Amino acid sequence: MRPPDPARWASDKVHALGEFTLLTREAFISLFRRRPDFRDIIYQLYFIGVKSQSVVLITGAFTGMVLAAQTYFQFHRVRMDTATLAVVGVGMCSELGPVLTALMVAGRVGAALAAELGTMRVTEQIDALRTLATHPVDYLVVPRLAATIVALPLLTVESVAIGIMGGYLLCRAFLGAYATYAWDNMVVYTGVPDLVTGLIKSIVFGAIIAMVSCYKGMTCREGAEGVGRATTEAVVYSSIAILITNFFLTLTLNRMLA
Amino acid sequence: MIEVRHLQKSFGTQRVLDGVDMRIHEGESVVIIGRSGGGKSVLLKHLIGLLTPDSGEVLVDGVDIVHMNERDLIDVRRKFGMLFQGAALFDSMTVAENIAFALRRQQQCTEDEVREKVSEALALVELAGIEQKKPAQLSGGMRKRVGLARAIVYRPEILLYDEPTTGLDPIISDSIDQLIINIRQKLKVTSVAVTHDMRSARRIGQRIFMLYHGRIYASGTAEEIFASQDPVVHHFVNGISEPRQDLLEDF
Repeated sequence: MRPPDPARWASDKVHALGEFTLLTREAFISLFRRRPDFRDIIYQLYFIGVKSQSVVLITGAFTGMVLAAQTYFQFHRVRMDTATLAVVGVGMCSELGPVLTALMVAGRVGAALAAELGTMRVTEQIDALRTLATHPVDYLVVPRLAATIVALPLLTVESVAIGIMGGYLLCRAFLGAYATYAWDNMVVYTGVPDLVTGLIKSIVFGAIIAMVSCYKGMTCREGAEGVGRATTEAVVYSSIAILITNFFLTLTLNRMLA
Repeated sequence: MIEVRHLQKSFGTQRVLDGVDMRIHEGESVVIIGRSGGGKSVLLKHLIGLLTPDSGEVLVDGVDIVHMNERDLIDVRRKFGMLFQGAALFDSMTVAENIAFALRRQQQCTEDEVREKVSEALALVELAGIEQKKPAQLSGGMRKRVGLARAIVYRPEILLYDEPTTGLDPIISDSIDQLIINIRQKLKVTSVAVTHDMRSARRIGQRIFMLYHGRIYASGTAEEIFASQDPVVHHFVNGISEPRQDLLEDF
């Protein structure tokens, strides 16, 4: 096997980035300028939102409880037990809720979107759409983009709520009657900016999942191997993009909303 | 009318089309023949703008479609209907939804009109009554017929067929050929088919182009091509191969 050519590799990556940027631009222009088909959006909302319920609820609940337990174990040493839920509230709203929900949705929905569009590409169904005078971005990408952008903030709110509830129940087990003080502290220290931060992040993450997955599906290579590879890359690249974007969003939104 | 001028297309280092020139007149039925992997389907996809050439022009009714963007091409593509090699039916939809797809996207017909046109198209391809079936429940021949119904339902001016009889048994192939002829006569459409099925080419082609080494090597009426004494054309249309004796001896 010949070693990869670094110049060719770099050129391919720049080319792919350019294609991805153009697809994203085309999708957002289409989303705002053309009338999307609401039946398609509702179907995608059902697939992305409703069918992700169990994954998101389980992730949110256990993340909230683990965060509460770890925080309690540390804070108990310095007699700050009743601050436990405040940490859970801020952490779930601004970081863990949006990031973990996005990662779970990237795994479940991103893989499915890439596999569906990839199969359509290799079986010439996307070409068939084009011959039927339909722009693939309008018909395939826009409903998925719109549905993911709407569904992810809702799923995030659910995840945050169930996480805080899980944390509260755990606090009751550890703190007994003092859990009420912990709840009160959470209400004081978890502000609207924390929730807004989480919601803005989840909208951005939703767009990332939809665009990366659609791009990978629509540019997938021939055959079963191509579809498999597109599916894996959709999940991996979405997850990496979410984690990197999260860092920059945390810095930016903290300054803007502080 | 479709005119192709000096079309060139490469995939990586492999040059598939190397200066194709051809002209297809309104209402005529053209067949493009050539070896498997010789670029026939690639040429067909250039006619409807599914592929962009490295150089050259494709003129549809005098308009060069090569430099059009995807949105501008939508209007040009309304003139075309295309039957794909594997039919390319939308597998998440029923047969009726597949056929009605273009009509519903155009939003120019009421639901009753759409249903009526779908039934008409299915009757034309002799598959009445299978509206609610899914593509996965159909045989290869039925899928191609449904693909054909989907391509003709909105009455295009030009029909493109990519290997319409490949992978079908001789009886079904014959019925597809007959269907193509019937549709041409009934709808007065321009037909362009690519195939390496010589029986089918002879039946449906009024004019035949032979693609060889990325260029149009020969063209003429079906009778002229099948009577040609040119060794390349003669060997191809009669299915005569030249096995490499040296390789056989080495083996």
